[in-house]
Amino acid sequence: MTLRIVPLYPELLSIYADRGNVRVLEQRAHWRGLPVEVVPLALGASFDPEQADVILIGGGQDRDQALVAEALIAQAPALRSAIADGVPVLAVCGGYQLLGHRYVDQSGRHTPGTGLVDLETHAGPTRLVGNVVVDVDLAGTHHELVGFENHAGRTILGPGIAPLGKVIVGGGNDGTGTAEGCLEGRIVGTYVHGPLLPKNPWLADQLLAWACEHRGLPTTLAPLDDQLEQAAAGAAAALARSERR
Amino acid sequence: MGQGGGTTMPGHVFLRLAPDGLSELAVGLTDGIVAVSATNGKTTTSAMLTAIVGPDHAVCRNGAGANLVTGIATTLVNRPRGATLGVLEVDEAALTGVTRQLSPTVIVLGNLFRDQLDRHGELEMVADRWRELVATLPPSTTLVLGADDPVIDGLAGDRANVVRFGIDDPRVSLGAQDAAADSTFCVRCGSAYVYDEMYLGHLGSYRCPRGDHQRGTLDVVARQVITDGVRGTTFRLDAPDGSRNVSLPLPGLYNVENALGAIAAAFVLGIPTAVAASRLAQFHAAFGRFERIAVGDREVVLLLFKNPTGANEALRAIADDVAGAQVVLVLNDRIADGRDISWIWDIDFEGALATAAQITCSGTRAAELAVRLRYSDVSPGRVTTETVTEVAFDAAVGATAVDGRIFVLATYTAMLDLHGVLADRGLTQRFWQEQV
Ligand SMILES: [Zn+2]
Repeated sequence: MTLRIVPLYPELLSIYADRGNVRVLEQRAHWRGLPVEVVPLALGASFDPEQADVILIGGGQDRDQALVAEALIAQAPALRSAIADGVPVLAVCGGYQLLGHRYVDQSGRHTPGTGLVDLETHAGPTRLVGNVVVDVDLAGTHHELVGFENHAGRTILGPGIAPLGKVIVGGGNDGTGTAEGCLEGRIVGTYVHGPLLPKNPWLADQLLAWACEHRGLPTTLAPLDDQLEQAAAGAAAALARSERR
Repeated sequence: MGQGGGTTMPGHVFLRLAPDGLSELAVGLTDGIVAVSATNGKTTTSAMLTAIVGPDHAVCRNGAGANLVTGIATTLVNRPRGATLGVLEVDEAALTGVTRQLSPTVIVLGNLFRDQLDRHGELEMVADRWRELVATLPPSTTLVLGADDPVIDGLAGDRANVVRFGIDDPRVSLGAQDAAADSTFCVRCGSAYVYDEMYLGHLGSYRCPRGDHQRGTLDVVARQVITDGVRGTTFRLDAPDGSRNVSLPLPGLYNVENALGAIAAAFVLGIPTAVAASRLAQFHAAFGRFERIAVGDREVVLLLFKNPTGANEALRAIADDVAGAQVVLVLNDRIADGRDISWIWDIDFEGALATAAQITCSGTRAAELAVRLRYSDVSPGRVTTETVTEVAFDAAVGATAVDGRIFVLATYTAMLDLHGVLADRGLTQRFWQEQV
């Protein structure tokens, strides 16, 4: 009964230290005595829905993103079947954009995405860069999501798709500073990148709880001492608020 | 940079009066201009080049805080009387503008790593701009290229006037691919390169499996590299004018790359590599690049860290010496450091610091470092947080035995601040005093 964390194409999708998110999930499972294994999906390999309990999709460089899109679309049916079976997904930045139908660049060229979530992204005129704070209600509890954004894309959610949260500080999905990310079942998409799970252990634990449920393990996780994480999140949130644009 | 005392002011004024006037400022540099750019090592490489050519040329050199157009203008305005050769380190994003105006005789391009994305845009954008720039260079410009980086090597195209430098030594190759590796896809067809050797990040000996790009033939080469912790590195230098042994008083393969770039550029300027090698043996570390400073009966080793590849290389270089030592990590997120601190998750702290006696996290983002270490293999009891760097530094010195060593890894502005503190105590010069 080993929990399997599956980062997709980490050699291409890890521009903003996405491996930090993998590390945090792995360690937090490990500290609780849960058997856990990281099984990255390599380019060219087939995704096996039976072998994944949580899926991570990171961000890539523009050049690599097209390469990844093609590979990912080929795996979309298998991903869809895992998602239907209750496997959670964390998609960050470029990975978030790949969840959608397409990415339209400055010149109007379309790069198709996986269409796993009803959303699409258009390149904007400027990059949205800075520390962000987002209000999130997840599984009945209120949280503050703290991190950093750096993206040119403006993401538009389909009519039936809920955002992950409400922007307190930052540009959010489209630069208007209103909605951030998407939450569709157990699919979490967000522009909050890099050390996202390290500073937001509540989100890491929610993903782990879902992963445990999928693997048939108890979903109540033993509490951990997260004082360091809370201190880092508090400091980052204070910084974001002090430089609010 | 506030610490530098408003040092780019004259350049600002000049450029406001004459926006395209950089070339006028270069009049009188009759031995030419060498432009040095890279993500990692441009400061050290230009400092090394200055040390090599200094006895033969009157050199005008800028510093790390002055590598944008205004800083370079200021350097040229304030240059020492009689200077004949410009050695200018140039920010990656500023290279095109500076080159168009100054027409350097030699351009040294070392490497491109992911660095401070919030300021520069993505790696690929810089690479594209460099490609466009190289295509427009006159044939008389000599390109000195760090061929271990496939993107840099790929810039050569069909140019004749190119000198390639690199390492050729399987013994210092990393086994597996470094987590921080960036550009490992063929610049021509996008296939993943096959690496026969990988030295640091994506630098190594590579070839495209389809056969349309591989590392070019090296002209200035380091072989038989022997690293000896913080004490330094020795290697055999093979160059067009012969072979000799080089002993470099700086640790790490990075500094071997930096030395090769400096030796190759000096060779283009007419200085025999044997002369360059002997002058480098006396080289002192530039600001925060493995500087060793005596504090009472103890030694402080200062290491600048600004991106994962540089940090991993620094950690590898001190790995044998860090056992039982005090380590201070200082992470600032001011603009010159890069405001996004995500990259600390790409540093391989695992293994590197496990044997340190105590690690103190400091700087504006100290709390983030503490979280990063919690998720590494460093025992939590050995990690403390002290936001004020001076306090953290003094505690580490106080906890170190006589003749012991303290390692400080700090980001750029943190290193400036610490230098200021040490200068106030008479332990080292102020940073900007070293620039002229
Ligand atoms: Zn190729």
